[in-house]
Amino acid sequence: MNDTLPPVIVGAGPAGICAAKTLVAAGLRPIVIDEGFRAGGQIYRRPFVDDGRSATDLYGSEAAKATRLHREFDGLLPSIDYMPQALVWNIAGNELHLMADGKHHQIGFQNLILSTGATDRILPFPGWTLPGVYTLGAAQTALKVQGCTIGRNVVFLGSGPLLYLVAWQYVKAGGNVAAVLDTAPFSAKLNLLSAFRFDPRLVLIGMSYAARLVSRGVKIRYNVRPTRVDGSQYVEGLSFKSGTKVHSIACDAIAYGFALRPETQLADLSGCTFRFDDRDRTWLPVTDEAGRTSSQGVYLAGDGSGIAGADAAEISGELAALALIQDSGTTVDPGRMSALVKARRRKAGLRDILEKAFPFPDNWFDQIPGYTKLCRCEEVTVSTVIDTINGGELRELNRLKALSRSGMGRCQGRMCSAAMAEVLSATQHLKLADIGRLRAQAPVKPLPLLLQEGGS
Amino acid sequence: MIRRFSADVAIVGGGLVGSSAALALRKAGLSVILMDKGFCGAQASGVNYGGVRRQGRSVAQLPLSQRAHQIWPRLKELIGIDGEYQRSGHLKLARKPEDFARLEQYAETVKPFGLNLELFTGAMAKTRFPWLSGNVAGASFCPDDGQANPRLVSPAFAKAARDAGAIVLEQTAVHAAVRTSDGFALQAGTDCEITCHFLINSAGAWANKIATDFDEPAPLSRIYPSMVVTEPLALRLPVSLGEEGGGFYCRQVQRGNYIMGGGRGYALIDPDFSRPSTAAALAVMKRATTLFPHLAGAHVIRFWSGTEGQLPDNNPVIGRSGTTPGLFHAFGFCGAGFQVAPAVGAILCDLVTSGETATPIAAFSIERFHNMPPQHNKKKGTHNEMVE
Ligand SMILES: Cc1cc2nc3c(=O)[nH]c(=O)nc-3n(C[C@H](O)[C@H](O)[C@H](O)COP(=O)(O)OP(=O)(O)OC[C@H]3O[C@@H](n4cnc5c(N)ncnc54)[C@H](O)[C@@H]3O)c2cc1C
Ligand SMILES: Cc1cc2nc3c(=O)[nH]c(=O)nc-3n(C[C@H](O)[C@H](O)[C@H](O)COP(=O)(O)OP(=O)(O)OC[C@H]3O[C@@H](n4cnc5c(N)ncnc54)[C@H](O)[C@@H]3O)c2cc1C
Repeated sequence: MNDTLPPVIVGAGPAGICAAKTLVAAGLRPIVIDEGFRAGGQIYRRPFVDDGRSATDLYGSEAAKATRLHREFDGLLPSIDYMPQALVWNIAGNELHLMADGKHHQIGFQNLILSTGATDRILPFPGWTLPGVYTLGAAQTALKVQGCTIGRNVVFLGSGPLLYLVAWQYVKAGGNVAAVLDTAPFSAKLNLLSAFRFDPRLVLIGMSYAARLVSRGVKIRYNVRPTRVDGSQYVEGLSFKSGTKVHSIACDAIAYGFALRPETQLADLSGCTFRFDDRDRTWLPVTDEAGRTSSQGVYLAGDGSGIAGADAAEISGELAALALIQDSGTTVDPGRMSALVKARRRKAGLRDILEKAFPFPDNWFDQIPGYTKLCRCEEVTVSTVIDTINGGELRELNRLKALSRSGMGRCQGRMCSAAMAEVLSATQHLKLADIGRLRAQAPVKPLPLLLQEGGS
Repeated sequence: MIRRFSADVAIVGGGLVGSSAALALRKAGLSVILMDKGFCGAQASGVNYGGVRRQGRSVAQLPLSQRAHQIWPRLKELIGIDGEYQRSGHLKLARKPEDFARLEQYAETVKPFGLNLELFTGAMAKTRFPWLSGNVAGASFCPDDGQANPRLVSPAFAKAARDAGAIVLEQTAVHAAVRTSDGFALQAGTDCEITCHFLINSAGAWANKIATDFDEPAPLSRIYPSMVVTEPLALRLPVSLGEEGGGFYCRQVQRGNYIMGGGRGYALIDPDFSRPSTAAALAVMKRATTLFPHLAGAHVIRFWSGTEGQLPDNNPVIGRSGTTPGLFHAFGFCGAGFQVAPAVGAILCDLVTSGETATPIAAFSIERFHNMPPQHNKKKGTHNEMVE
């Protein structure tokens, strides 16, 4: 291999760990950069300090995988250059710009694997910005990392596999779950039956969460529509519609979300071509089955290239690494590659079904009151956004951002752009695919003004 | 199906220059068609720093700038919004004594124009502006200069022109323009043919295409000023400020964000798209923490850049074509066209309707480049001139 620069991996979740393992096995010494305190990524996130909880306490049915991946990563440490707590905030040509120890660093690369994972997909509703409302992922992170719950009496709300999983993790840890409110109808869950042939184990585990929650006396309601968070200073309850009736339920915290959205800003900054994905209702980087992008030397793996789950992340991490090795002129086992591609396709098939079982609430826009805050950073309401669209006859998302301020704050649209796109497309009767996407710009997350030159 | 339009005036480029010309011409009763290859006010006019300043401009630009100064307070009446325009004052800082000497000299030179500049030595400046810190050798304050929100102002001019009856075609690039017996014929977008009596070339950094088509290329290059914005913070910085030499400029918007700039970004492979530069952004951030220690815990949330036309003598081209009757150019504002643009629109209206204007613009004639040797044409603008 004639590469002079070591390959770089951004993200040490299952995808990044498997990519690193594969590169090391091929005799390379990758640099692995991760924003987290300890490697593992979202699903296999580790506590800050070992606090006596076992892997089963933390990861339930996935404990064996978590333990294996953590052990594998720890075993790789002598053979990689690992930079924890380092945020890659820009890609400029063939250079990564990152913040580590409060300092700015630049790392040149020839080959780069982006395995940056996902965050919760959010849709606003009245009161969603009150203290005490968390995303499902954040509720889970609090539990996994810090061993605490987001409240004493928590409502779980939304759609997606995490809804049942995190609710169950709370019950198991001794938390009190006031209710699980699923925005999808029960009938949607019947789709899971056809997922059986792809992954019977996962389907059984998934279905068992609902059963276990019920057996612990947790109320599950389907086809629910949240109308508002009750409380003026902090969460005191949730009002929701079920059928034609409005119900109220007391709680002091709400965990909610509508599945996940991939973190694609770094892929965007590296110049990758994107395509609109109807199923995920978002723009995704174009890749081949091994994770090669349109940008030379840039590979994608894991949920950051499209939501597919942790097992698929392992597969795509290995695939991206093999593609990188192959493109650098070393032969790889073609049998292994095609087996991985096949396995990845199966996971994608499973994903299609999960999306039907945990559907996006596509009537969200019809029922959202105008006074709802759409952009929480800049405090822009739904009606301001609609008025801006109508006033300027807007048809494009960046334009809407410029004229409404929505998406201009700290999160730069990471939280609100899904909802913004829904509002624009519904108001103008345009397809989501036809209204453009927010252009990524550095820094991908806020940086301290005091950031000092470090080194490279 | 070909869409045919005809109008008294066709305007290529819906930045603040083209849009304000469209509005002025409509108000003068002419029919107008305004075209932009993207969205009106989405290029330099919509992404600039938002400095509305006269201080620091060349003497040649001051009459023009003074005319604009009369227009800015009338935004509400003209375009329906105030565009967050405020006469906050503009503070020019000198880092070194020799910079301050230049500020003193400038204040003397421009006295006749009535900018009412106030000069402060370093210590005095810190007494008068107590939020200021760091190495400041002196400062010059122009109380009636100010700032506005380009994101809102520039599209609003285009909207006002449309509401006043101009035909506004967005996402409609003008590909070709030729002189006909009684005016011009244009091809634009995928399906538009336009005829007009007068043609205005206000295509910003892209304007050389039309100038060249009419045999008078200008030595126009591109610059990409690099910008940084913080999260919203408590209101503390009441003025817009810029350092002599152009390395740093900063203002705090009503929402609380500090917008700061300095240095240059770079073009992507497609030169219509640019990125801010990390080196420039870090230098700007560093300077901000020296001047404003109260920003120590703040975060920056976004960098950006924009595409601006630059000419070698740091002055724009404004006025009639030297080769083609009925054609007018207004481009190449060298990082400082936001403040003057509304006056440029008014001047273009004067020129179209009466053939002359009361504002002196001789220094901006495109003919100053007509006999330039080609190697000179390639020379780029100096890279430390002032943007804001
Ligand atoms: C909050 C949350 C909780 C989840 N919980 C579960 C669960 O319990 N069970 C389940 O099956 N699935 C869960 N998922 C889905 C799960 O994330 C994925 O299936 C799986 O983790 C994907 O692995 P990955 O390697 O692609 O990404 P991740 O595991 O998300 O790893 C990505 C890593 O990249 C790092 N990173 C991202 N951007 C940067 C950057 N700019 N600079 C430096 N580092 C960066 C992150 O810190 C992270 O460590 C969860 C998802 C989220 C968002
Ligand atoms: C980052 C930055 C900061 C700045 N800060 C300041 C400041 O603080 N104060 C100040 O006074 N000035 C500032 N400036 C300069 C100022 O923004 C510009 O001088 C001014 O906006 C120029 O206006 P314009 O209408 O000529 O150009 P633009 O706004 O660029 O408009 C030109 C338009 O023409 C269109 N166009 C081009 N070719 C065609 C074609 N063939 N057909 C149709 N349409 C076409 C483009 O799409 C564009 O919208 C700054 C500039 C930048 C980039």
